[in-house]
Amino acid sequence: MIKITEKAIDVQKVIDTACSLGAGAVNVFIGTVRNTAHAKNVLWLEYEAYESMAVAEIKKIVDEASHRWPLLGSGVSHRIGTLKPGEVSVVVAVSTPHRRDSFEACQFIIDNLKEKAPIWKKEVFEDGEEWISAQPVRAVEAQS
Amino acid sequence: MALERNVLIMEVTSRYKVRAFGITKDIIGGKETVVEMEGSTVGELRRYLVSRYPSLTGLRSLFIAVNHTYAEDAQGLSEADEIALIPPVSGG
Repeated sequence: MIKITEKAIDVQKVIDTACSLGAGAVNVFIGTVRNTAHAKNVLWLEYEAYESMAVAEIKKIVDEASHRWPLLGSGVSHRIGTLKPGEVSVVVAVSTPHRRDSFEACQFIIDNLKEKAPIWKKEVFEDGEEWISAQPVRAVEAQS
Repeated sequence: MALERNVLIMEVTSRYKVRAFGITKDIIGGKETVVEMEGSTVGELRRYLVSRYPSLTGLRSLFIAVNHTYAEDAQGLSEADEIALIPPVSGG
């Protein structure tokens, strides 16, 4: 299951999709909205996706993961729209026969999703707003 | 003969619809723009867009997607393609 949704993500539902009777491990990554950035308070984030391409890209990533690790099931759900600090923005769940594979596959999927899926977030502060990582100067600031 | 040659080298103007996301939406001033240009590759479209919207050069990266797949500059375009500007992504 790969989903881009404007509604709150039902974490248990994503986990259930990934579960399998043959699995000895289910690994879940939950991404949440942080309340600070550049030492400023984040009021909320605006997430936007190129939905059809995001689903296609995430599918490629999950397919690649299932070639590298013995995935028995998987689920990825990414939220878009307005999210406040503490809210869940993304859930990745995978199941495999043994735990090590589940950790590695889950990390592979979330790392590649962040790098390739056409999804964007804008941070909204009290004194302005900014698309994350879009401009070089900001990228440097974010790393410092 | 000379006339024929002129006809042969005349470029055809193509019309592409380009969708924009994230910061590129702010730069082009909307979710979509129509490009009419002489040229038919992703690279030519990129050069056209950068000259029309110089702020695009200030981005950390700019990919162009064709029919939901990241495209190389050498890739050819057809007017029916779904074309999109992909600025640096920040999902997760």
